[in-house]
Amino acid sequence: MARTISIGLNVNGMRHELDVEPRWLLVDVIRDVLGLTGTHIGCEHGVCGTCTVLVNGESMRSCLMLAVSADGGEIFTVEGLSRGDRLHPLQEAFREAQGLQCGFCTPGMLMLAHELLRDHPTPSDDEIRDAMSANLCRCTGYQGIVEAVRLAATRPAGAAAR
Amino acid sequence: MKPPRFEYFAPRTVDEALRLLANHGDRAKILAGGQSLIPLLNFRLAHPEALIDINRIADLAYIRADDGGVVIGALARQYAVERSELIEARVPIVREACRLIGHLPIRHRGTVGGNLAHADPASELPAAAVALEAQLTLASAEGTRTLAADRFFVGPLTTALRTGEMLTEVRIPGLPGRTGYAFVEMARRSGDFALVGVACLMTLDGSGRCERARIALGGVGPTPIRARAAEEALVGHTPSGAALDEAVARAAAAVNPPSDVHGSAAFRTKLARHFTREAVVLASRRAGGH
Repeated sequence: MARTISIGLNVNGMRHELDVEPRWLLVDVIRDVLGLTGTHIGCEHGVCGTCTVLVNGESMRSCLMLAVSADGGEIFTVEGLSRGDRLHPLQEAFREAQGLQCGFCTPGMLMLAHELLRDHPTPSDDEIRDAMSANLCRCTGYQGIVEAVRLAATRPAGAAAR
Repeated sequence: MKPPRFEYFAPRTVDEALRLLANHGDRAKILAGGQSLIPLLNFRLAHPEALIDINRIADLAYIRADDGGVVIGALARQYAVERSELIEARVPIVREACRLIGHLPIRHRGTVGGNLAHADPASELPAAAVALEAQLTLASAEGTRTLAADRFFVGPLTTALRTGEMLTEVRIPGLPGRTGYAFVEMARRSGDFALVGVACLMTLDGSGRCERARIALGGVGPTPIRARAAEEALVGHTPSGAALDEAVARAAAAVNPPSDVHGSAAFRTKLARHFTREAVVLASRRAGGH
């Protein structure tokens, strides 16, 4: 058994004390240790972005970060968006605008959009495209995703970035 | 895949990090933002015995004024640099270059020092650092030395850092008045590494003639290439017409680009011509010329 290190993570408002191996990636701890499998793993080298989560309020690739490096941090994942069975307005917008097809990229896309609308509640199309270009989608072709973010931005102020 | 096993250290001070480096030598790697190192670990292309995680060294992430220039701590995040008013006021080319690195989630985590020490020849900041004649501070348990950026990069992913040394600070000298800047590049998709990137700093005199020029190209050789002959072709002339044509030709003659699946050497040389011209024109316009 390899040596483990004790860390504390606040994930979606819940405090967790964990023992992790230094080599464990943040995304693997989120999925395998905490059981929050909404965050996906794609390329494991920072290109696809489906593992994007917010760390201390900033979007980051959780496959490019060791969990030990996140010790003491606040993590926000896709599970933090909905209220029970009630979808977040941003998730509603993705559904209405068909911003997803297979859904594999969706958790990362939602994290990007959530951050964008928090920091720029009324983004231009260029700003939406620039922000969402960080992540790859291999089936919708992006138009629906951009449309979904645009739609979420028109909803009552603050709703989408709640 | 997943990273191999390693011994993990999270020093709180630079001195502590340097002691660890001295003990572990080249069996250790420094982990800064990890946006290049973690992929190498995930793919098992790197298997250091020890990782020295410097993210807990709080006082290494500064961006400060220094005479007319700036000093940037090695751990300053690319995102912090691109948002810094000091950078915008004094060396805006650094902001323009940073904005072209990956995407926002990468720049939130990626650092200036890590980007330079990784020394990818197609990366933006190395070319900007060479054009800016940045001075890099390299520290070890024995002491510190400074090295000009164009002597720091010695090959693809290879720097002048010696075993036990760590890049701790980037010092960027102030620019003369009437200096315009440009960082332009061609990448296949936004956020990709550049096929060719060009950094230009252009200082004009009162009559619009070039007083001083700095041109560096990335992606077209094993290291960023400083196009000194191209700079010389511009000094004393209005940076347009025959002088600009000559500078562009000399820049193209200075490059030695690779051929790969993303583009042939001939294509990259063509891009080097195009973007050198574009960088000089944009920098000249920003310097107040036409």
